[in-house]
Amino acid sequence: MRAALSRLRVVREPNLAMTARALEESAEGPRPLVPMAGGTDLFVYLNAGALPEQDYLDLWHLDELRGVIDTPGGVRIHALETFANLRRDPLVKRRYPALAEASSWVGARQIQNRATIAGNIANGSPAGDSLPVLLALDARIRLVRFSAPRDVGFDTFYTGYRTSVRHPSELIHSILLPWPLPGTRQYFRKVGTRLAQAISKVVIATTITVQKGRVTRARIALGSVAATVVRVPSAEDALLGEKLTPAAASEAARRLRESIHPIDDIRSTAAHRLRVAGRLVELAVADALR
Amino acid sequence: MKIRCRVNGVSREVETPPMVRLLDMLRETLRLTGTKEGCGEGECGACTVLLNGQPVNSCLVPACHAEGASIVTVEGLSKRGKLSPLQEAFLHGGAQCGICTPGMLMAAQALLQENGAPKEAVIREALAGNLCRCTGYVKIVEAVREAAKVTRAAAAAKKPARKKKAAGKEKAGGKQKPAMKKAARKKPATSRGKRARRA
Repeated sequence: MRAALSRLRVVREPNLAMTARALEESAEGPRPLVPMAGGTDLFVYLNAGALPEQDYLDLWHLDELRGVIDTPGGVRIHALETFANLRRDPLVKRRYPALAEASSWVGARQIQNRATIAGNIANGSPAGDSLPVLLALDARIRLVRFSAPRDVGFDTFYTGYRTSVRHPSELIHSILLPWPLPGTRQYFRKVGTRLAQAISKVVIATTITVQKGRVTRARIALGSVAATVVRVPSAEDALLGEKLTPAAASEAARRLRESIHPIDDIRSTAAHRLRVAGRLVELAVADALR
Repeated sequence: MKIRCRVNGVSREVETPPMVRLLDMLRETLRLTGTKEGCGEGECGACTVLLNGQPVNSCLVPACHAEGASIVTVEGLSKRGKLSPLQEAFLHGGAQCGICTPGMLMAAQALLQENGAPKEAVIREALAGNLCRCTGYVKIVEAVREAAKVTRAAAAAKKPARKKKAAGKEKAGGKQKPAMKKAARKKPATSRGKRARRA
């Protein structure tokens, strides 16, 4: 296992432009470079001997990929921001409390100091803690290649289990979170086997916007219940135009249980996930009432 | 590749393949075997070291990310052959079989550097990434509180001595301003102490 690690090659370029060029050039060849950030997912696979021999492209030293920036359209979070930073960033805490909350539930301190938001996205696990939040906040992902950047809505980013629209020649550059609408309440809750270091059985993030006593917009996003993180439009529709009442909440929960089809796996059962997911929607609505 | 870093305050130059784990670089190349490998997947925290002051799982860090960094391992806690207050406190039941202890110590050290008087819930969260199969954690949490108390007491014991010095200077030649500045600087430590007592 360690012998294999000692053979692995790492490419490290001095800046983002040269890094992007190295990635784009390698993507056309037989050995595309694999971008590496904090390595908290990558080294789990490497230590288990579960990856073929690949060449890596180091991003960790690129400060151009760090920073949380206030823009007219919202907050731009750069790729290498760690969950340790995001859980205590004043702007994130004030405007996107669900993201700060989710960041505080990733692994434990040691993981939060190394794990990055772009790493969570690129790893693409349906259980990724920050992913339902990005979906509920209508995040847009900026991908860059040496030739040109492009922005992709996070709701169209994944194409299947751990697959995405990101081309091997593209890097995740940053995530744009639009400003939340006035009257929006954000909610996050992760349900796992224990409080820390758990991979979720079900994870939920919601944003519920209430104007003049009625719901004008709702986003209900779930992880660990499908091959990708998912939004549940039927449950969102159940809340639209309604007052936030227990009846509206249980109707949303009922529709949610009809719409999702979780599976039995090593972490939980389909039946438990369905029950918990519905209950979480009710809790999210109750939270929005406060 | 050649990696230049500081390990426990000493500048080192290490020749290592870039994707070897920081854990292996420390244990096998530098022969600092205090850091332990437990699970090898970032779950148990036994391999915790401080990388630029922050606790990380060294089994998940490539050696190339240690370039230019400052690393502290469990070997770096004692000073001139004397155990740190944290290590002393762990001797009273916080360590049993010992495999988790180096990682526990480093995670706790990181906490105490930020927070001199952590409440129990804060300690438990800071150590949530470190598994122990012997103690049931109670003795470990107590050890961290004890170390924090001892460190605060030591800091408080130093304070009046300094004040006396400042007072002496005042009488001798009257340098009042620096003495006041010193007192102002100490304020946060005092208020932190008060909060802990309330808890």
